Amino acid sequence: MDLLRFITAGSVDDGKSTLIGRLLYDSKNIMIDQLEAIGRQSKNREDGEIDLALLTDGLRAEREQGITIDVAYKYFSTPKRKFIIADAPGHIQYTRNMVTGASNSDLVIILVDARHGVVEQTRRHSIIASLLNIPHVVVAINKMDLVGYSRNVYNDIVIDYAEVAKTLGLSDVTYIPISALNGANIVDRSEELSWYDGGSLLEILENVEVQNSVNLTDARFYVQYVIRPQVEELHDYRGYAGKILSGTYRKGDKITVLPSGLESTIASIEIAGKEVEEAFAQQSIILHLKDDIDISRGDLIALSGSQPQVEQDLEALLCWMGNKPLVIGNRYLLQIHSRLVKAVVKDIDYRLDVNTLQKEPSPTMIGLNDIVKISLKTASPVPFDSYNKLRTTGGAILIDETSNVTVGACMIQ
Amino acid sequence: MSYRLDYLDQLESEAIHILREVAGQFERPALLFSGGKDSITLVHLALKAFRPGKFPFPLVHVDTGHNFPEALEFRDKLVEQLGEKLIVRNVEDTMRKRHLAEPKGKFASRNSLQTYTLLDVIEEFQFDACIGGGRRDEEKARAKERIFSVRDEFGQWNPKLQRPELWTIYNGRIDKGENVRAFPISNWTELDIWNYIRREKIDLPSIYFAHEREVLEHEGQLVATSRFIQLDPSDKVSVKRVRYRTVGDMTCTAAVESSATGIDAIINEITATKTSERGETRIDDRVSEAAMEDRKKNGYF
Repeated sequence: MDLLRFITAGSVDDGKSTLIGRLLYDSKNIMIDQLEAIGRQSKNREDGEIDLALLTDGLRAEREQGITIDVAYKYFSTPKRKFIIADAPGHIQYTRNMVTGASNSDLVIILVDARHGVVEQTRRHSIIASLLNIPHVVVAINKMDLVGYSRNVYNDIVIDYAEVAKTLGLSDVTYIPISALNGANIVDRSEELSWYDGGSLLEILENVEVQNSVNLTDARFYVQYVIRPQVEELHDYRGYAGKILSGTYRKGDKITVLPSGLESTIASIEIAGKEVEEAFAQQSIILHLKDDIDISRGDLIALSGSQPQVEQDLEALLCWMGNKPLVIGNRYLLQIHSRLVKAVVKDIDYRLDVNTLQKEPSPTMIGLNDIVKISLKTASPVPFDSYNKLRTTGGAILIDETSNVTVGACMIQ
Repeated sequence: MSYRLDYLDQLESEAIHILREVAGQFERPALLFSGGKDSITLVHLALKAFRPGKFPFPLVHVDTGHNFPEALEFRDKLVEQLGEKLIVRNVEDTMRKRHLAEPKGKFASRNSLQTYTLLDVIEEFQFDACIGGGRRDEEKARAKERIFSVRDEFGQWNPKLQRPELWTIYNGRIDKGENVRAFPISNWTELDIWNYIRREKIDLPSIYFAHEREVLEHEGQLVATSRFIQLDPSDKVSVKRVRYRTVGDMTCTAAVESSATGIDAIINEITATKTSERGETRIDDRVSEAAMEDRKKNGYF
């Protein structure tokens, strides 16, 4: 059994909450007491139906203050897979929310209202999905019941969206007609949609290949913590603990520590107390080296044959998440995994319009939800890969030094 | 060689990564240990993250005085085996020191008083990060919790001021007086925990397995009789075969009828159950729709 993390993009009007509620309900991942709770809240509805959208309902603080918290997580599983849904609320702060939820997702479901087809919001969600480099896109054409389950309506939308996908270079796009409200094509295939020959949405989610988005060629490992037991019998023990972000490491491999450039050889690899010959992407391990060299938290250990870039001048696409504006010349902290360095925003090249992809050169006021191309200068060299090549070592966050708040998501170019 | 990780391996690796981030980013972290299955799982994960080194944090238990004796025995045995440091602070001491009122009522729970003791112990040891076993599938306020969740000087969670959490990069920077609650098993469900306990052969306190116990039936829930609970003449008390699905205080945790004496049987029962973990076993969440949200805002973990 493996794991798929996905995000649903759409607003309440597109039936996003109903879709998530339906997935959980029809796959029997909802418990009676949870159903009773939403039943109580649905009582005021005239039709007496249980409102599945309430399953993703927010906190009292959100209802009272009219705010939304960036992302809520939902879990369900089938015998084939465990699923983690990042449910990012729509409305005003959507760019920030979707960027956050998308950063950890392997798949995005883009909801399109069959009555309205591809609209500005569809383009916006697709642009964000492409910027965040989400490997798989599922375009779910919802509310098919309201267009008489029409095959023509569906086909027209598919043709329109194919244009969007082509412009953005989205390579893996799957289309599916659904009705979240009626459960058509969500878990079970639907009779009304018998002209559609693909699987149900759940079948798509269960069968999409997740492994091919894991990079096994470029070995990247950021040191999180150095383990040095202070006891007599282990006084030579020095283990570098961290998670392999991509690639594989074998005992005997030649490695380079970055940014220092020091070299050594892997003496042994431990996983939870057991020695292994080889370890691979996503495993948390302890590395031991043959030479006693200076390594600490924030250093990257790469295989000598495939090294990342190491620079102090970086170009990045930045999604601004701060409430205060981004100011050229301001100092921030750049955090890329365990490495934390001071950084100055040197220049803002352009602002990207997330509805049209148009670039507005040299913008002046950069505020919340803006996506801009920036140049950064860091106080010390940073090992990284281009985000488009490796999501795991190409993503970094900007932190406001004075408030400690995360104010930006960088996709390093 | 297959380069695929099973979902439990992925969850395990993610949790180890988070534990090591806490160790790498904070000066004085602590692991909040309740004696329940989630915090026992956390301890198991900490062994995988830090052995052969020592844990870079002590275990901290906030003892309400209403614990199941089996859970306390288990705690002491586990700590002895581990050779790690355990700090216990008693809610009763806090109540005395701070002149707090003993809660009243049939199931007088000290659950909300724990927060005082927790905030006091954080201040006493100047902890800057507290690792907890909270899971997002437990409750909807938890579903919106970050993995690194910043609390202000009063221990308060402000849902409005949560930091966006991107990729697997955790921003643990805080000002003096603030602290972070870190949740390594955020993405685990109840069933994931049980499957992991089975796979790793993790020991649990005996009350998780079916046993005979005198219980009182109250609004469809089974509550163990104990000196902490007031019995009324009209109460229906009987001996039943039960197990616990969660282990909190004796005053606010309900048992479920069960004949499951082993892990396989428990997993079968949980897979088949139609009621959520908290819905079935927590008396404290029934008080109001937003009970957990309110407790968290006040500093509860």
